Amino acid sequence: MKPSAQFPANRRHARRKLLASAAALPLLPAFALAQSEPDVEVAAFKAFLAGRKAGTGRLTLDIPRIADNGNVVPVRIALSGPFAAGGEVRSIHLFSEKNPVPQMAVFHFPQAVARVEIESRVRLAGTQRVAAVATMADGSLHAATADIIVTVSACIDGS
Amino acid sequence: MAEARIQVPPQVRRGEAFEVKILIRHAMETGYRLTDEGKPIARNVIRLITCRYNGVEVFRAEPSSGIAANPLFTFFVSARESGELQFEWQDDSGARNSERASITVAG
Amino acid sequence: MGVRSSAIALLLLYCSAALAQQRALPTQDLRSGSSYMGAELRAMQADTFANPGTLWVERGAKLWSARAGTVDRACVDCHRDARDSMKGVAARYPAFDAGAKRLLDLEGRVNQCRSARQGAPALAFESEELLGLTAFVASHSRGMPVRVAIDGAAAVHFERGRMLYERRIGQMNLACLNCHQQNAGRRLLAETISQGHSNAYPIYRLEWQALGSLQRRLRACYSGVRAELPAYNAPDLLDLSLFLAWRGEGLQIEAPGVRR
Repeated sequence: MKPSAQFPANRRHARRKLLASAAALPLLPAFALAQSEPDVEVAAFKAFLAGRKAGTGRLTLDIPRIADNGNVVPVRIALSGPFAAGGEVRSIHLFSEKNPVPQMAVFHFPQAVARVEIESRVRLAGTQRVAAVATMADGSLHAATADIIVTVSACIDGS
Repeated sequence: MAEARIQVPPQVRRGEAFEVKILIRHAMETGYRLTDEGKPIARNVIRLITCRYNGVEVFRAEPSSGIAANPLFTFFVSARESGELQFEWQDDSGARNSERASITVAG
Repeated sequence: MGVRSSAIALLLLYCSAALAQQRALPTQDLRSGSSYMGAELRAMQADTFANPGTLWVERGAKLWSARAGTVDRACVDCHRDARDSMKGVAARYPAFDAGAKRLLDLEGRVNQCRSARQGAPALAFESEELLGLTAFVASHSRGMPVRVAIDGAAAVHFERGRMLYERRIGQMNLACLNCHQQNAGRRLLAETISQGHSNAYPIYRLEWQALGSLQRRLRACYSGVRAELPAYNAPDLLDLSLFLAWRGEGLQIEAPGVRR
């Protein structure tokens, strides 16, 4: 650090000591990536489950690992079949951990179809976890979550 | 004005699941943006989109401000008879729009 | 002047002429902005249905056949099928227009036609109509290499454009070349700085959540370095556009592009 004419020598020394001790403090986790933290909650998803259990493995949620821009993030949800009578999908909910409106969309399937695959584009307010859950005709649930890093634009766009 | 674009296969076989795509021109205004003067721009998002296949509803979506502007929706429909897919959507301002596409089913 | 000094003078003249056309970015090192995007965005741009810019291309296709102006004439009446007449057009703009006696970008060309041939008022920049028509016209050059004329009447604009590219502006005191030439490929916060080419315009910019012109994007750069934004159609923006097109010559037109 360049010595400053404004500060007398003893104050400069005190500043250096303070900074040295601060560096010795354990680094607080600046931001824990959701993927490695099993206890990150998508509150709206948890509220929707209302204590029910959701199966995993049948529903897939594809979303980029890193979003080029949080305004438009492609997402694909697929539910693998086969769908026996009484086992068709009724609806799929999509939830956000951090968005101001946590329920991003609900998709309904009033008629049986052999292939259940949806694509859309979402807005994400920052790095977070998203959750999708399918509700079947017999009341059973299938869910998947995905973590996504969302960065902000480096330059101000005043155009 | 291109309100929406719809894509369906040119021809489908009876019983098969075919992919339907719709891209809608809509700002999906979140309500969180401000004008240059700092006043909030009113929320106006599409709240409901329905797809009817010869009058029978086969798909319905309830988007929120969490769906991106100029939204895209793709999904699958089971082919029955030839006819029409009719989409309708409405937003917070009360505006309603519709668009249709023909379906040709062979076999 | 002796033979030796004449020879030196000639050599200097030759070098300066050669330098005037010297490319800071050799053709083989050119990278389109799409190469800096993730796979999902590249796929979105390539998708002829789901590319959000196609909403404006379709609007432009309808306007192509819409009668306008005091002459009640549509683009199609003179230009017929755009698939033939508009092929390659966007790839050679900006261009000096002999009739208008000025440098025109694609937006200027559309408006020139509207006023001179249709008797219709010019379309405002970033209006749905102008974006639609330019997206429609530019889409017919997709895949074709950019090739612009910088000789003749365009030469003075080209040189001015190069000067503007190298001039520091704004509170941040940055020139285009500081980021897009000297630091292309390096990171600015979480983003990677691109080479800043214009081959994909008009673009659907995710940041805008709408389609926009190159002039809009350039104005955004001015705001990025905290400089006063030039007005739409300012000579600075047109000259810069010509230089940018030359700088990216050989890159394929990607309009309507998708960018973050």
